Amino acid sequence: MQCQRCGSRPAAYHQTVIVNGQKQESHLCENCATQGGATGLPNLSIQQLLASFLGQGANPFAGGGTPVRQAEPTCSHCGMTYSQFAETGRLGCARCYDELGPHLAPLIKRIHGAETHQGKAPKRTGGLVRMQRELSGARVALQQAISAEKFEEAARLRDRIKELETQLQAGGK
Amino acid sequence: MWNQLVTKPASRWTEATGPYPEVVLSSRIRLARNLDQVPFPHRLPDSQAENVIKQVETGVKEINLMGLPSKVELYRLADRPSLDRQVLVDKHLISPQQAGEVQGKAVAISGDEAVSIMVNEEDHLRIQCLAPGLQLEETWQTVNLVDDALEQKLSYAFHPQRGYLTACPTNLGTGMRASLMAHLPGLVLTQQAGHLFRHLAQLGLVVRGLYGEGTEASGQIFQISNQNSLGKSEEEIVQALQVVGAKVVELEKESRAHLYRENKLHVEDQVCRSYGVLANARIITSNEAMRFLSDVRLGVDLGLFPELNVRLLNELMIQMQPAFLQKQAGEELDAVARDVRRAQLIRERLAAH
Repeated sequence: MQCQRCGSRPAAYHQTVIVNGQKQESHLCENCATQGGATGLPNLSIQQLLASFLGQGANPFAGGGTPVRQAEPTCSHCGMTYSQFAETGRLGCARCYDELGPHLAPLIKRIHGAETHQGKAPKRTGGLVRMQRELSGARVALQQAISAEKFEEAARLRDRIKELETQLQAGGK
Repeated sequence: MWNQLVTKPASRWTEATGPYPEVVLSSRIRLARNLDQVPFPHRLPDSQAENVIKQVETGVKEINLMGLPSKVELYRLADRPSLDRQVLVDKHLISPQQAGEVQGKAVAISGDEAVSIMVNEEDHLRIQCLAPGLQLEETWQTVNLVDDALEQKLSYAFHPQRGYLTACPTNLGTGMRASLMAHLPGLVLTQQAGHLFRHLAQLGLVVRGLYGEGTEASGQIFQISNQNSLGKSEEEIVQALQVVGAKVVELEKESRAHLYRENKLHVEDQVCRSYGVLANARIITSNEAMRFLSDVRLGVDLGLFPELNVRLLNELMIQMQPAFLQKQAGEELDAVARDVRRAQLIRERLAAH
């Protein structure tokens, strides 16, 4: 068997990768394989995987053809466009997740089979996130308590809201 | 410190001390983290890259207050020779990508090589903890504490719904990849490996063959890791892989026992022939050496070589890599010269036991 990449030397490295039950094989000669990495394995490009997730023609912003093209979503923070992401498989900055959000959500769901993080949160900034969540919840509950004339409950909530607001202003301390 | 890193063949995971070292070489967990408000590394200007390194340096000081068994030190990779960097790749301490383009990149490594933090690889931080044998839960505890220590100084990019934000959406959420490196000659020789791997895929685990000629034919070392990082907690991911890992160990041990019971003479013949080649060859490629080392490793577990141990074989796997051989020789060597030195190294280390 000849090397898949250079086609000139015999293949010495054979790799089988199984992702979600789909088998992918590669056969490379020693030279091409070592260029792929120290273990002699070619680097399976994440972009190839992503491209297969995106599927053919899934990028509505690629290439011309249609006379009136939709304005392409672009991250206002770092300038990353959706096409650039589809090409490289990498986003430009953390804000891209918000700015390109509606187009990313289905992709994320397809990759992970889930949409919501269940794990760890950073202790400092994550604590603020938790407080903000509690604060907005408490504000809604306060309105409900007032309209239901549950004044004891409302007073308790008011105190908690004040406490949270002070803590948030102090940066969560 | 650096000199020790790139010259001694022993690394934390070669110790062969954890549970089931005869099957599981190492347990590894890595966390991907990024700094808030800073473009991801592939869009990061050099000036800002240095700034990220400086921030991580202050985080490393916090890690060193944790009371880890050894001190973590940070090294800028552009200051280090490429051969040295390649040795760290062979030891699984940095990725090939990190060893290649080094401008604005760094790595922080603990003296015992259990903790390594790549800076400005695909993400600003890739925090990795390694341990010998099957001990993912312990590894998670360590990496979790290291992450906490770093976070005292660094502001991570985090979103309440999406979790830790990563350059590639495949790492989103926990940013975690947990993996086991397992030697599975029993399952391969009894032709059950393919079947098992398909089952693992259904459980959301990815299997990669690691070394050499035809992942099912030689080396027989596989990496098993979680596929998805979003939607499950770190503990759930770790526990699932730990449970699967224990099951894989059990199946592998059963296969080995079965193989030896049914084909005692054939197994002994193959294992001893492989030992014979390693103990006598004058020229050997790394591919060949991997294959024979795999057989000898099986032989050690079957009790055929009471004088040998898995630890020696683990170290040889690192020492016989091209970068390490050249580092020992103190010069660049062509492929043939490397094959000669490799054969010599293996002969000498086996003879010393």
